[in-house]
Amino acid sequence: MSSETKQILTTDGIPLEVSLKKAERKNKIKAFLLVAPLLFFLIITYVFPIGDMLFRSVDDKMVTQMLPKTFKAMESWDGQELPEEEVFAAFHEDFIKLVEDKREGKLSTQLNYTKNGFKSIIKKLRRASKKFEEGNYKEQIMSVHKRWADVEYWRAIQRRAPEFTGQKYLKGMDMYVNEEGKIVSVEEDRRIHRVLWLRTLEIAFFVTVFCFLMAYPIAHLLATLPMKYSNLLMICVLLPFWTSLLVRTASWMILLQQQGIVNDFFVGIGLVTDDNRPEMMYNKTGSYVAMTQILLPFMVLPLYSVMKTISPSLMRAGKSLGGTPFVAFWKVYFPLTIPGIGAGCLLVFILAIGYYITPALVGGASGTLISNQIAFHMKSTLDWSFASAMGLMLLSGVLVIYWLYNKIVGIDNIKLG
Amino acid sequence: MSKQKDFVKFENVDKSYDGKVLVVKDLQLDIEEGEFVTMLGPSGSGKTTCLMMLAGFETPTNGEIYLGGKAISSIPPHKRGIGMVFQNYALFPHMTVYENLAFPLRVRKIPKDEADKKIDKALSMVSLQGFASRMPGQLSGGQQQRVAVARSLVFDPQLVLMDEPLGALDKNLRESMQYEIKHIHESIGVTVVYVTHDQSEALTMSNRIAVFNDGKVQQLSSPDELYEKPVNSFVAEFIGENNTFTGEVSEISGGKCKVKLGNSEIMANPISVKSKGESTKVSLRPERALINPKEKMDNIHSGKIEEVIYHGDHTRVRINLLGNPEFILKVPNSSANLDIKLGNEIKIGWNSEDARALDPK
Repeated sequence: MSSETKQILTTDGIPLEVSLKKAERKNKIKAFLLVAPLLFFLIITYVFPIGDMLFRSVDDKMVTQMLPKTFKAMESWDGQELPEEEVFAAFHEDFIKLVEDKREGKLSTQLNYTKNGFKSIIKKLRRASKKFEEGNYKEQIMSVHKRWADVEYWRAIQRRAPEFTGQKYLKGMDMYVNEEGKIVSVEEDRRIHRVLWLRTLEIAFFVTVFCFLMAYPIAHLLATLPMKYSNLLMICVLLPFWTSLLVRTASWMILLQQQGIVNDFFVGIGLVTDDNRPEMMYNKTGSYVAMTQILLPFMVLPLYSVMKTISPSLMRAGKSLGGTPFVAFWKVYFPLTIPGIGAGCLLVFILAIGYYITPALVGGASGTLISNQIAFHMKSTLDWSFASAMGLMLLSGVLVIYWLYNKIVGIDNIKLG
Repeated sequence: MSKQKDFVKFENVDKSYDGKVLVVKDLQLDIEEGEFVTMLGPSGSGKTTCLMMLAGFETPTNGEIYLGGKAISSIPPHKRGIGMVFQNYALFPHMTVYENLAFPLRVRKIPKDEADKKIDKALSMVSLQGFASRMPGQLSGGQQQRVAVARSLVFDPQLVLMDEPLGALDKNLRESMQYEIKHIHESIGVTVVYVTHDQSEALTMSNRIAVFNDGKVQQLSSPDELYEKPVNSFVAEFIGENNTFTGEVSEISGGKCKVKLGNSEIMANPISVKSKGESTKVSLRPERALINPKEKMDNIHSGKIEEVIYHGDHTRVRINLLGNPEFILKVPNSSANLDIKLGNEIKIGWNSEDARALDPK
């Protein structure tokens, strides 16, 4: 009884909630239909391919499916001594099937990722296997090459048994699982990725700092100049946006190379001697200069949009209350621009950390970033799973920075424009 | 201590922004210590520019400004020690009310306990105790206004400038704030220079009013004098309501003149006319003209009632008088003025003393 009295009815006697839902259903459907094309477009062209690509970084089904019988036979193998005949027989059976399908090359590539030296012995095994007789495969396979008699190589095969693996991530950190199953770093002279990660962070950090130092005065000028000058200045800031990235990068190459305009000028005014021209291109300096210039607008625009809203009377108030121009700036103006600084820095840092084309062109050996390494594995080695593992690591790095920013400054404090 | 007569002194001050137009022309202005002076004028008359020059945000193109006897043109704003209330309050939005008030004290390196006392005092002056920890965004317009006033006074400046501080408030709040600011001024005796374009605000609050127009001070005098005895037709028309007759002086003698308007003549008080034949504008306050005057007056004319508007405490009557269809009378609703009906002919009288013959403009 009491619940009935609580329920509010419309004049038709339908419960109010029901009739409200009915009234709003049409609008909801309409709204969904309007966004549906974009939603499907995003799912098809963005969520699905990226998800698939990221899945590759842990997916290791390929070898599992190529050697199903071998791994089944290996289940009872303890990995101490060479496996028993049944493992060899199972491996032979799998291998013959692969040769029939002409897929043994893929197997050799995959196994070679795990341990170097598989390529040649698989090639030899393929040739030899044509003459194999039935029975005693252990002896026959071991006689093909001495590595087939080495327990290390059989352990390497066993390590590829699981369907999923995290080893690509370890490789991205210059680490691997050794024979004892422990995670260890690779030898000192082969740690290329850690250097690249650190360099990426360093370059992204300093590019952000340089962008901030240059953008702050420009944005302030833009926000305070009379309209006719500030429009002109705005065009100057936006002009790089309208020019191709390649053109801008190439023009830096012309300016900064050893026989370039800037060096010619330095020699001309006697700052450096002709045979002592500084290298400003194809190293870190090149990356710094070109990336700072290209990412500058991403810092200027959020700063400008925040500064535009700060009333000039606030600075005046600060001064009239006795603050020197510096105190008025530091205590009044600067704190009010923090949302813009946060937005600009986050934007520039995130863009810089994944920057690819400019470092590839002007970075040389010491100025390339992790993204160049990802591209290298995508295009040259075709180790897509490794490339996507590094991509995911980069993405999670960005998310961590975003999270930190949110903790320290608060994401709702951000202002993009 | 005797009060300094020219505590603030503008001496031959000119100001131009673009080198073509003078915004302020040859300004001469003395402000006494402890005075409440209002700069009143239409927008673009140069009043805010004068205030900004005094605060130090604009430099005079020519001339000098003195504060307490010292030339201040070369002193930067933060060393002038002038409190200022801005049009949009200019409270620091990222600081609490307390921090806003502490700002001028902190930059002066005043110890914390002394600063806290001053802040308490300033907040109680504007009756905002207990609001110290609020952010400006959490306050209403009137409260923000009070904080701005408190902040401009907290460091005990000798001079406070206010740039249309009540412009953003609604009418009722504006009126109560007018009295509040006036009382604060009276209780602490600080010199205030106040800028507004609202004449009733100026009349309510000020000791003296400087009426600005066209970059010049048209008249500087007390509110009553400004209203009763305007020296030119701009002031007469800008302050309060006004009936005007445009005509030509036909006779002038012994503090009285005859002004010919078309085919009639009125008696007036020659203020800015000197000789016969000059054209003039005669200004008469609506409340100085009486209906059916019983006493003897030297101007008595009759006109036809064109419009009657009821205003509660008084009735405005528009009369076509001596060729001026816009002649306004204010009739108190207490008296028995029963013959005020549309279309009636009535007699209007006024003393020639109140009809001021001013420049024709």
